[in-house]
Amino acid sequence: MTRNLVEIRNLKVEATTDSGRQIEIIKDVSLDIAEGEIVALIGESGSGKTTIAMTLLGYARQGCRITGGEVRVDGIDMVSLSESERSHLRGTTVAYVPQSAAAAFNPAITIMDQVIEVARIHGLMTAGEARAKAISLFRGLSLPEPETIGSRYPHQVSGGQLQRLAAAMALIGQPKIIIFDEPTTALDVTTQVEVLRAFKAVTTQHQIAGVYVSHDLAVVAQIADGIVVLRNGEIQEAGSTSKILEDARHPYTRELLAAFRPKAQERPPESEEATKQALLLVNELTVGYGSRAGSGEPLVSAVKSMSLRLDRGRNLGIIGESGCGKSTLARAIAGILPTHAGDIMFNGLELGRAGRSRTRDELRQIQIVFQHADTALNPAKSVEDILGRPLTFYHGMKGKARDARIGELLDLVRLPKSIRHRRPGELSGGQKQRVNFARALAAEPTLILCDEITSALDTVVAAAVIQLLKDLQRELGLSYIFISHDLSVVQAICDEIIVMHRGQKVEEIAPARLKAPEHPYSRLLFSSVPKLDPAWLDTLHQDAEQVRTYCHN
Amino acid sequence: MTNSTLSDRRGIRLGYRANLVGLSALGVIFLWVVVALFAPHMIPHSVGEIVDTDYFGPMSRDLWFGSDYLGRDIFSRILMGARYTLGISLAAVSIACFAGVALGMTAAVAGGWLDTLLSRFLDALNSIPSKLFGLVVVAAVGSSIPALIGTLAVIYIPGAYRFARALSVNVNTMDFMVVARIRGERLPYLIASEILPNILGPVLADLGLRFVFIVLLLSGLSFLGLGVQPPYADWGALVRENIGGLPFGAPAVILPSLAIASLTISVNLLIDNLPTRIRDRSVE
Repeated sequence: MTRNLVEIRNLKVEATTDSGRQIEIIKDVSLDIAEGEIVALIGESGSGKTTIAMTLLGYARQGCRITGGEVRVDGIDMVSLSESERSHLRGTTVAYVPQSAAAAFNPAITIMDQVIEVARIHGLMTAGEARAKAISLFRGLSLPEPETIGSRYPHQVSGGQLQRLAAAMALIGQPKIIIFDEPTTALDVTTQVEVLRAFKAVTTQHQIAGVYVSHDLAVVAQIADGIVVLRNGEIQEAGSTSKILEDARHPYTRELLAAFRPKAQERPPESEEATKQALLLVNELTVGYGSRAGSGEPLVSAVKSMSLRLDRGRNLGIIGESGCGKSTLARAIAGILPTHAGDIMFNGLELGRAGRSRTRDELRQIQIVFQHADTALNPAKSVEDILGRPLTFYHGMKGKARDARIGELLDLVRLPKSIRHRRPGELSGGQKQRVNFARALAAEPTLILCDEITSALDTVVAAAVIQLLKDLQRELGLSYIFISHDLSVVQAICDEIIVMHRGQKVEEIAPARLKAPEHPYSRLLFSSVPKLDPAWLDTLHQDAEQVRTYCHN
Repeated sequence: MTNSTLSDRRGIRLGYRANLVGLSALGVIFLWVVVALFAPHMIPHSVGEIVDTDYFGPMSRDLWFGSDYLGRDIFSRILMGARYTLGISLAAVSIACFAGVALGMTAAVAGGWLDTLLSRFLDALNSIPSKLFGLVVVAAVGSSIPALIGTLAVIYIPGAYRFARALSVNVNTMDFMVVARIRGERLPYLIASEILPNILGPVLADLGLRFVFIVLLLSGLSFLGLGVQPPYADWGALVRENIGGLPFGAPAVILPSLAIASLTISVNLLIDNLPTRIRDRSVE
């Protein structure tokens, strides 16, 4: 065993709140990373995983301070260095790949100029050499057209490509260690496979050590040699990947593993007896964006001739990659986007093409819950006001009755009553999503459209939200349309699943047949969902031809 | 920030934190408001009465701020001037900001032809130079206090409109606006309950800035002789009347200028240092 490249000893990071209180966010963390080893930091949001990774750069976010311990990278203590000494090491010894490459690239500068910037700042090589090196890195990361991709601007490449370009940017200074901060969280599963493969190939090839920050155990299983499980700024468990996956000791790790293996939807047999009654019938629906030309056709059709049927008390899942039109479909059903052609029958009655032409009661019956609770809840209003408005608006509730109902709603979504005076900014991600959902429940709908509602949540929290949805369905007799790119989520709750690709229905699957989807795209999609098995990525064989046909990464 | 421990602790209990700069600015503004309200009872001499045989007299025990170009008591004139400067500016800025912000939010939420129509009309209004506009109005309807307030308000509506519209357009794209719309909410609720709370901070800052502009424009108009008419005078008019005292370093010209400065600077400092809500309240 060679000496450790990174040695973190008794690291402590403190944050100051706006009332001047000190909070210890990292409590006495020690960990080692050997040369060429990739260690994953895993935990829910707020567990301190990114904060620890950032200390390798000697960096603490605004309002935070490294207050104790040492972080030795290649024998140098990053904590005791001055800012200018640290900046010498950043990019050359330690490099960073951010979560959202789209936000990390400057949209006004070509990709090549940004990639070779590190080499220029540190004076590592001439511009020509840096360009040649960048192109070889592009090739190593299996980017298309490596010679010319650098001359494009960030908006001209796809999300998966941009993420790999961010990795190229990190690699150009030939660092000894790279910090990957949830680099695939924002990507589609099929793209994620490509990106993970590329990362794995370059780190092995260049013998680079890495810190991989993630909340997704399955992704981590593919790329990391060791796993460190964090919670509340403390290490819960650490060990080799296989040891953690197979023989987790700590209850939290087990919870994390359990959340990853969702139970399939179990239906009580009673639903079979109930006569099938169509709640929602969508017939040959076409929805699009853009100005309509003389023919009345939308400029871009996001959903083309889509038909679906949902029975009362049942759940429908719609899966597909970003841009496949699944959210547009939900928005059209909710009446946010006017439809172009086709009709929507709800409860046997035809709904208006746009929300404006629907009655208040029709609007009340279909509620939509959005992915980002941060933007779906008005940050300037208290939880009480947010939940109270639909009560007043639809049911004319006031005063005590309204207060009591708000209490009930909070109970329903398992939130403490004490949060009713708080604002969304003072809640955690999971709590916000529950409030978001409670607002939909306040209308007392019969159908709830869930647009990627668990995508922004951590695995454990997402599992809890799904469980909540199931319980509520039992109690209130709701129907859900569940839109997601995450197959495991949809599988956990839906009776029927529709696979969408480029605005069209590719296949309709009932969970019983789910194990063997027939359409090649469905197969590709399902096979791309990472499994907990560390050998999964290496043994995964996808038809390159198919990947090219169906993916645009 | 300079926090006195006392105000700090009290602030935490209320859930808000104010700092010393903000508090002292508030104090200065409060002082001027009190002066404006009670000026007739506070002035030692009548504003039109000539009390000094000399003009541009120095500060003395009897005439605290000296005398003006006719030998009138400048202290009394500043106290009375506060009524005009504060009252006219406050009324004008309230009208300008209320109308501008309401129209701006409406345009952003409604969109379409209403937005286009309002924007073009107010842009056209904005293109008229403000002093010139003031001159024309005064020439047409004469100089009265309601006319002054109306003119000042109209001059500053387009700016407030543009500002509020730009902010509202951003809020309008958020998911909670979609949720409210699809709930079936009407325009008044959308602008008052969903948009306004989110743009209130910047709008208040804009209001403060616009107040300062209006004080200065009013002073400018008075300086040209178009503002408050003699024997009454607002602070701007006082500066104009006594500009001849500048070579003598007369307090009659310096002190009204200081009054204008103290008010406008305080308003800006207050708005930059508004009390902030404390989110971490798990203390104690």
